[in-house]
Amino acid sequence: MFTDLLAQHFVHTALLAGAVVAVVSGAIGIFVVTRGASFAVHAISELGFTGAAGALVLGIDPVIGMISGSLVVGLVLGLLSLRGRERDSAIGAVLAFGLGIGVLFLSLYRGYATQATNLLFGSIVGVSSRQLFELTIVALIVTAGLAACYRPLLFSSVDPEVAAARGVPLRALSVAIFLLLALTTAEAIQVVGVLLVLTLVITPAAAAQRLTARPGLALALSILVALVATEGGILLSLAQSWPTSFFISAISFAIYIAARVFKRS
Amino acid sequence: MSAVVSAEGLALRFDERILWEGLSLELQRGEFLAVLGPNGTGKTSLLRILLGLLEPSAGRVLVNGKPPREGREQVGYVPQQRAFDRDLALRARDLVRLGLDGHRWGVGRLDGAERARIDRALESVGARDYADAPIGRLSGGEQQRLRVAQALVSDPALILADEPLLSLDLAYQLAITGLLDERRRTAGTPVVFVTHDINPVLGMVDRVLYLAPGDWAIGTPDEVLTSETLSHLYGTDVDVLRVRGRVVVVGTPDDQHVHHVDYEH
Repeated sequence: MFTDLLAQHFVHTALLAGAVVAVVSGAIGIFVVTRGASFAVHAISELGFTGAAGALVLGIDPVIGMISGSLVVGLVLGLLSLRGRERDSAIGAVLAFGLGIGVLFLSLYRGYATQATNLLFGSIVGVSSRQLFELTIVALIVTAGLAACYRPLLFSSVDPEVAAARGVPLRALSVAIFLLLALTTAEAIQVVGVLLVLTLVITPAAAAQRLTARPGLALALSILVALVATEGGILLSLAQSWPTSFFISAISFAIYIAARVFKRS
Repeated sequence: MSAVVSAEGLALRFDERILWEGLSLELQRGEFLAVLGPNGTGKTSLLRILLGLLEPSAGRVLVNGKPPREGREQVGYVPQQRAFDRDLALRARDLVRLGLDGHRWGVGRLDGAERARIDRALESVGARDYADAPIGRLSGGEQQRLRVAQALVSDPALILADEPLLSLDLAYQLAITGLLDERRRTAGTPVVFVTHDINPVLGMVDRVLYLAPGDWAIGTPDEVLTSETLSHLYGTDVDVLRVRGRVVVVGTPDDQHVHHVDYEH
């Protein structure tokens, strides 16, 4: 039965979509973790959910609503470029309100509840060929953006004071990283859902950081962990009909724990 | 030989508050200028003006004959010591590298000559033994040595340092000031050194720029660090004592903050 499933077209699409999302999530995760912006990821994804719920009410494509919602929050967070505690409390306040609006939208929505459930918990095996195409285009944009900004982004993430002295445009990069993060989050939501975006964007990067201090290698390892978790999760959910998101988060977390236990090379 | 820094009639005002006016200053090759004064007198702002990050309220400044914004590439900047996350995916040599090409766009690959430059910079501050260590696992003093390497790796024409000795113990203070002194003696690179405590650099300072609330004075340490000059600057009786080769200032309105012997941690 498992091998039959592996021959199915929808399984191939799901595995490809998972790989695309894993690569960008793992890559951007390193910058997010370095900047200490994990909470921002959570905010962006939950407000992406609000955007999607709003789109459902209006009868338009929820993915459009989700990307718009994420981008707006990403832009605001990037422009504020707050640090530390101030940022945490600002995000918390915005997030709570946005989620409240999302709840209102859901109660107004009279369509199929599955759409909403899929947003919250992901629906990787339901990805269509067209969605796969869209995911790939967005992933290419994010990858190109990260590659173009790689050095100043790393500089401003780890060492903002000296980066500014060297002429690195901190605010522009802060906006750039949050917009790219918003796009990535909108992608990851389609695989693992709003509630589990952190499992692809934060956990792999956190594990990679434990394993190496080389920035380039950490980036590669973060992508690898995200890939293993996503593909492994999809395959396991075929064999055992538990939710894909559960398996992805479980594998990702297991690798994180292992990375914490093992000494760094 | 034209001056490396030439400033004419600089003023800094925030709203109604005048920090300083009519500040003119020429810095020649090989000169060591200490910028002293209590908190809130615009010491760091002066550095930001020299870096082109802040526009003076009035006046004109040239770095290497160019506006600061254009001359920034040739400035090495040494910040205050601050802790890095223990798990940050960054090695000592990566921090130094950022000083060389962190401000350039793209991913970037180092060529052989650049690698050699980074190695030389690490060597010159005695950091070869921990060149590949994660930055977050090094002591504050080791990190500060790397800051000097980071500032020197781009072969700067001017070094700006903002309280680089803060929270370092005496041995490391001597090491850091020794490195900067060596650079200006061998390569003629002038140093602008912002500090609240003149004593660690007293032996190498050519001139002192003393910023007091609303007024300033510039000259050799013997000219500026006198009871007469400081009393005039502060508009109150200030005593400057020389005790065992150290300068002690008593009687400034914010006595506990100003370059004081008992500031060491």
